[in-house]
Amino acid sequence: MTSIEQQSSSSAQENGLAIINSKAPFSSTHGKDALDIALIFGSFEQKVSLFFQGDGVYQLIADQDGSLLAIKDYLKTFSAFEFYDIEDIYVCQQSLSNRQLDENFHIDEVKVLSSIEFSAALNRHQHVLRF
Amino acid sequence: MAIALTFQNKIIPTDKQGYLLDHLLWQKDLALVMAEHDDFVLTDAHWEVIDFVRQFYLTYNTSPAIRALTKAMKSEFGEAKASSRYLYKLFPEGPAKQATKYAGLPKPARCI
Repeated sequence: MTSIEQQSSSSAQENGLAIINSKAPFSSTHGKDALDIALIFGSFEQKVSLFFQGDGVYQLIADQDGSLLAIKDYLKTFSAFEFYDIEDIYVCQQSLSNRQLDENFHIDEVKVLSSIEFSAALNRHQHVLRF
Repeated sequence: MAIALTFQNKIIPTDKQGYLLDHLLWQKDLALVMAEHDDFVLTDAHWEVIDFVRQFYLTYNTSPAIRALTKAMKSEFGEAKASSRYLYKLFPEGPAKQATKYAGLPKPARCI
């Protein structure tokens, strides 16, 4: 976890926790740490939304296997999100196109948003954790 | 207290609470030995949950905590078996905790 931000605007009360993923998978523990927090919130019926931007978008791209690097492939756990009631998963379109990535994700429920929509969705959350 | 788990003349490495350190060493007969160490009797109903938890882990690379476990079991076994009440009857010390142990998986990080 690198920072916690509290939204001050009064319109931002409705949506619980937002977790921003901004790092590529497997090169650091950021992605796995973010996932652990998301699953804990899900286990306790707390609403959580996931945001992927910057190099974080690589966490959603299909056909990767961390176990080739002798790292536990935590991306496989994304497919279990339905059991944790994690349904709001957003990815920044700009970040994808900057990296010339197609919308070829390994889970289905991903919503691709423009930069403006992405910020707006983020702003609906009361708490934001950035990884 | 570490438990020395001996199975087919080999020592199987476990953590302090008896969870396997390498889930690939698991097999059904080993689960029986582990349960025996705990004076715990595994019935068909227990096996149903143990097999389910193991399959969950192999699919999603994580041991399910209780809530995710009941939600996932609902689609497979229906409402009656997908309640924490049913699961706690089978595994009084915590279904996710105990079922993952006999399934040879790491203890779920998320406590219950």
